[in-house]
Amino acid sequence: MNMDKVLSLNGLTKRFGTVVANDAVDLDLHKGEVLALLGENGAGKTTLMNMLFGHYMPDAGTVDVADADGTMRPLPLGHPQAALAAGIGMVHQHFTLAENLSALDNIVLGAEPLWHPRRNRAGARKKIKGIMARSGLVAPLDTRVGRLSVGERQRVEILKALYRDARILVLDEPTAVLTPQEADMLFENIGAMTADGLSVIFISHKLREVLAFSQRIAVLRHGVKVGEIATKDADERVIARMMVGADTPTTPRTKMTPGAPVLHLSGVSVHGHSKRDSLNNIDLDVHQYEILGIAGVSGNGQTVLAGLISGLQRADTGQITVDGAEITRPNPRMMIRAGVGRIPEDRHHDGIIGAMSVAENMVIERLNDPEIQSRGLLNREAIQQNAERLVQEYDVRGPGADAPARLLSGGNIQKLILARVFEQGPRLILANQPTRGLDMGAAAEVGRRLLVARARGAGVVLISEDLDEILGLADRIMVIHDGQLHAANTRDREEIGLMMAGEHSDEHSAKHSGVSA
Amino acid sequence: MIRIEPRNAPSRLMTTGIPVLSAVVALALAAIPLAFAGAPIGPAYVQMFRGVFGSMFAFSEMLTRATPLIFTGLAAALAFRARLWNIGAEGQLYLGAMAAVAIGTGVLDVPGIVLLPMIIILGAAAGAAGMAVPALLKTRFGADEVVTTLLLNFIILIFLQMMLEGPLKDPMGLGWPQSAPILDQGMLPTLMTRMRVHSGLILALVVAAIAQFMLVRSVWGFRLRAVGENAAAARHAGISVNRSLFSVAIISGGLAGLAGVSEVAGLKGYLTADLSPGFGYTGIVVAMLAGLSPAGVVLAALFIASVFVGADSMSRAMGVSSYLADLVVAMSLLCVLIGGFFARYRITRTARAAQ
Repeated sequence: MNMDKVLSLNGLTKRFGTVVANDAVDLDLHKGEVLALLGENGAGKTTLMNMLFGHYMPDAGTVDVADADGTMRPLPLGHPQAALAAGIGMVHQHFTLAENLSALDNIVLGAEPLWHPRRNRAGARKKIKGIMARSGLVAPLDTRVGRLSVGERQRVEILKALYRDARILVLDEPTAVLTPQEADMLFENIGAMTADGLSVIFISHKLREVLAFSQRIAVLRHGVKVGEIATKDADERVIARMMVGADTPTTPRTKMTPGAPVLHLSGVSVHGHSKRDSLNNIDLDVHQYEILGIAGVSGNGQTVLAGLISGLQRADTGQITVDGAEITRPNPRMMIRAGVGRIPEDRHHDGIIGAMSVAENMVIERLNDPEIQSRGLLNREAIQQNAERLVQEYDVRGPGADAPARLLSGGNIQKLILARVFEQGPRLILANQPTRGLDMGAAAEVGRRLLVARARGAGVVLISEDLDEILGLADRIMVIHDGQLHAANTRDREEIGLMMAGEHSDEHSAKHSGVSA
Repeated sequence: MIRIEPRNAPSRLMTTGIPVLSAVVALALAAIPLAFAGAPIGPAYVQMFRGVFGSMFAFSEMLTRATPLIFTGLAAALAFRARLWNIGAEGQLYLGAMAAVAIGTGVLDVPGIVLLPMIIILGAAAGAAGMAVPALLKTRFGADEVVTTLLLNFIILIFLQMMLEGPLKDPMGLGWPQSAPILDQGMLPTLMTRMRVHSGLILALVVAAIAQFMLVRSVWGFRLRAVGENAAAARHAGISVNRSLFSVAIISGGLAGLAGVSEVAGLKGYLTADLSPGFGYTGIVVAMLAGLSPAGVVLAALFIASVFVGADSMSRAMGVSSYLADLVVAMSLLCVLIGGFFARYRITRTARAAQ
């Protein structure tokens, strides 16, 4: 590894009002190095990277970047254009893609003059193909981004940065949506590119990949860099303790005997416009006292499956039974009445109404409940009391029950949704990517609540792209690929990873059975 | 570098203060066209003020003008709250007016206590039917209601002209395209002797109060707000988006129909094709100025009516064009839109200071 410095952050400080988001953070990056930036949500990782990229103006501190010859030069702060010109590429956690443009257009957007957008399109395509070949990041270039899966969109984001000849690449949770194999491949190829001189900072919650693929780990806590450690000297316990300041409690999962089936899907098919919104002859059973984990890379039919269980989507063929009663014409209201609690994948888009208050969002599924309304008029006192109780019980932190829900952080929005779902004592819970984007504390809380619901006798369908989460929570695992569902008779992450990539064989998948943990 | 950032929570002072400020700024900007028209600015404003508050009659004229604007403002405000863009209040107003003259001009010779409620209910029903069609096209086929409601206005206006030349034509009207007068017992009573302000105003205020109450306190209003703010989350939470849209469409159309009833059975007495000088469209301005709040609609309608009546009187006294009123109304809408932008975003310089 070449040890020339390419980037140094010197004493960067950023305050938001009275909150100190970053307090005199120093950080160095060397040529060809992969540096992992770790920390809980709110630890200041994204703020730090946003200062580097010119989105935020630091209150104090400087940044030096090596130019093409390797000389360190001060970076003008507060100017994203300057950061781009200095060869810094950033892939944000929240995508910054134009949904109605093709992947190719998105990649070249901003990198070429606006007044001649079609200029040298073939050259751009060739260059991107080259990057795809080297990095293994494959995305359909001519498809509208709006039709791409979350995983593919992320790949387009990374390609976009690489297309701009970035010498320093900042990745904010890059593997959240990739299969283990894809993630491994991404890091392998990042390895190849770092050998060429690319330097990478990646932000991640996944200790495993941080340990496997970085050379150095920097940990932020409450805006302060609390430690830096060479990866070869670190293990999971050490860095977890650095991140949270104490050993993380692992959720104890007691073994339980599954009870009566609460959800039964047999021969369900949905013929969508494309493969990603189709399901092909699915069979699935979820019992009381059981968490069924559904692993898979995004865009393989999870959205449709979740839509079916949520009542948003109708099956073209097949039968859906909830708690013994067949659901013939599903809609969300009917599913709620049948005792299905739903935690949606996109909590901002489907989970809450941002402009309405926390209190109102907490009763939105109970509008027919006589406790909430009588003769069509809202019982405001009951709504307020309900909200105050749930805010306490579920530790929803924010400006209060009367404040608009959009002012809550992601983790607290999820707690609001958990409160709404679990308060109704659901028979079946659909949790679709319930911990995506949450910090370790909030994610652990989601897991704990799911286990509590299971202990109470609920059946849980846990759809997640995070295999560690599924291995940690699920009693039984199925893998979704290409609209088909296969039972995984194993808890081996390599084998499940292969199934997620579609390489299952019949020895590994028997449709109607699964191994209990 | 100048940067535009969303504010976290617009303060209460801003949400109420900005419309008021916008109205004041719009009035102040009216000095520019006034100066161009060659009128003395100071006396012109005085005359405008007198035209509204100078006498009891002037004030009652303003209230008369505000009455239909409250109805059409409510029609727009409620629909817009659900993100249902009803641009067709003008047409629905005429449908309401047609229904009023269809049964009010002698077909049924019944006492007022029976006839007046019938006129009101049928007028509202006709307006509601006029909005039900675009709502159905939207919920069933996804047809854009902006296009359908807007175009229906012209269809209804031409249908009105046909009716005024045909079945609804007053046989005693000396050939003018106008309907027969509504029977005396079918007219909305006036509120003051020798003034034109009529009990349609009371009806409008009652309806506004009910709308405000329902929006904030009822399950229906909850669903409506939820659908308007985030239809996907509302659907996910088990709210029938189409049913909410359809119900608000019916009510919005009905309110616009009431504007027509109020004008024809409260003021004019008979129907012509120029009953409304664009009350349906002005209602949109009223609703925007009111921040889509029913209570605010009443205040906004009074303001817009004041501008119209005041500018009318001023233009007569000063000899300048009465189109000035339209100009002030248009400017107040622009000011509200710009003001609303400043309420939601702040502009900061990032060159020196931290954002």
